[in-house]
Amino acid sequence: MAESISRSLRDGCLEGEHAPALTIEDSLACPLGSHVFDHFLANLASQIADGTSQARGLVLVALNRSPSFYIDLLRRKGVDASLVDKWVRILDCYSDPLDWKDRIPPLMNVQKPSTRENVSFFRDVRDINKLLSSVLDLGKGFVGQGKTRFAVAVDLVSNLLRHTSLPSVAGLLNNLRSNDQISCIFWLIHSDLHEPRVSTALAYVSTVVASVQPIMQLTDEHRSRRDFLWLEKNSCKAKFYVRLKRRNGRVKLLAEELHMDQVGVKFAAVTSENSFVNKSLLPKVQFNLQLSDQERVDRAKVVLPYEHQGNGEAIQIYDGRRSLSDDQKDPHLVQPSTFSVMTDAQATSGNGEIHYIRDSDDEQPDSDEDPDDDLNI
Amino acid sequence: MNPSPPPPRDPDLLEEALGLGRGGSPPWRLAFVEDCVETSGAFVLHHFLKRALSTEGDGTVVFLGLAQPFSHYDRVLRKMGCNLSVQRNKNKLHFIDLLNLEFLDEKGENDIEIGFMDLYNRILRSIEAIRSKDYNGGWTTIIIDDLSHLEIAAHGSAKHVLDFLQYCRSLTSEMDCSLVILNHEDIHSSDEALQMLSHLDYISDILIKAETLSTGIAADVHGQMTVIIKDAPGGLIKKLHSFQFKVKENGVEFFYPGSRF
Repeated sequence: MAESISRSLRDGCLEGEHAPALTIEDSLACPLGSHVFDHFLANLASQIADGTSQARGLVLVALNRSPSFYIDLLRRKGVDASLVDKWVRILDCYSDPLDWKDRIPPLMNVQKPSTRENVSFFRDVRDINKLLSSVLDLGKGFVGQGKTRFAVAVDLVSNLLRHTSLPSVAGLLNNLRSNDQISCIFWLIHSDLHEPRVSTALAYVSTVVASVQPIMQLTDEHRSRRDFLWLEKNSCKAKFYVRLKRRNGRVKLLAEELHMDQVGVKFAAVTSENSFVNKSLLPKVQFNLQLSDQERVDRAKVVLPYEHQGNGEAIQIYDGRRSLSDDQKDPHLVQPSTFSVMTDAQATSGNGEIHYIRDSDDEQPDSDEDPDDDLNI
Repeated sequence: MNPSPPPPRDPDLLEEALGLGRGGSPPWRLAFVEDCVETSGAFVLHHFLKRALSTEGDGTVVFLGLAQPFSHYDRVLRKMGCNLSVQRNKNKLHFIDLLNLEFLDEKGENDIEIGFMDLYNRILRSIEAIRSKDYNGGWTTIIIDDLSHLEIAAHGSAKHVLDFLQYCRSLTSEMDCSLVILNHEDIHSSDEALQMLSHLDYISDILIKAETLSTGIAADVHGQMTVIIKDAPGGLIKKLHSFQFKVKENGVEFFYPGSRF
């Protein structure tokens, strides 16, 4: 599935169609979205460097991590540094997104980090129109005019949404998608930082939505935001759900598993072993906490002491005035005994029985009320 | 004959958990210290302050004091064996007094963004002053006490606070410094404010959490500390440390449960 996404980004768009758009979303429950973004970024950069993709260059809008982080990332992933300089342009919206540094005196006597030629500062992330034109200018600047296309990646749409409205951001992404020179576009969003409508709105702009979710879903026990042991268990593995929107309108939902290793993210087909994860988490103690199959069958066969089950036995009401061994028959009572005694035959068969006798006719049948509730102890 | 310098002390459990070892720069950039009403995390800031200014290293500190005046920290750290006035005179500590911080423009009207920009500028000027003379390459730690006062100054605008933190975060990579911020976690426990905690989770690479003991109040154990180390800001949990602490007049003791008896 991840492979097909990579191929889709590599192949780009058909003439007359909008560019393929990929949303990657994650949450704190499974914060692997950045690694997935890095995976697709490095893949596409390699394909651009090899000349095997439709895109002839890549514009990366860096809002969440510094440009130097991405340059190091691509170098670690084996993309030639000279080709990165040639075919990757980074719009730095991380270092000075609100133009503060131009409005305060610069640092004196302090060595500033050197700037790279393929990194351009962008200092007003609130101006979406200016951001759009900067991305397009940057892309056209190194792939030229005409039919050559370039790819766009936005490392964190959540940061953009802090500065501007959802309609503006959705408009920006849509404008990029529909531009004739864009081959493909993908972005990352942290879904738990926004209302659900934000993810929904971005899904409508996307052709593919890839959602990173924990292997084990949150239970009530883990609802506390900081159940760190649960987070630690989920850290290295995740479910990768992909929603594909075909041109004919059909929506397909597919799933894979992903796990982190030293190199990065790896994807694999869904295995059945994870369905047993919850069972294997039972504490290892010296007594058996689970039921065997036979015990489950026997439990299902137990007739519960509810009168509505209508198992043919007469309804019994206890009259405390009568003794347990009273043989007299009352027209309203059948057997005024409080509890039935298990017979020897029943005991040897190993079958349990529950016999319940109502205290009086006033008591509602099959009631859950505790008759002692009115006691004020 | 000059007395020989005291031997370097062994790192305590918190320093070991944070990878601080015996001096040197921390392997992280942004740490949040979380506390609650029942257990104040201020002692962690005092611990960081003392460690950064210790004679064993060449560290320097820019301290944003929003919660207490300088005299408070001076008094506390003196009992811990550290004279903040002397450190300030030696240009190792820059204390930015921000009591009753308000962001007002020339007309007296609220201008939150300008206020945060000025605050960022003051941090830059402090770093510039620290590194202008007699600077020997030591690590600078920026300590903010505490985040809730920044939110008050911002009239509850989480957006402006997060913008300011983004600038501080980019400063840590540009200027080779680290940032330690105290945050009261229980202020953000409601659903509306929970997003603020999520934002902070995404940008931090260390979380230090001070909590009460689950068993209640004890005389010899004042609380428990959890240190979460992530592989990247907002990333995977790489390691988790948990131990207990006792706050004393002259410092704090960290120990594993049951190891003191």
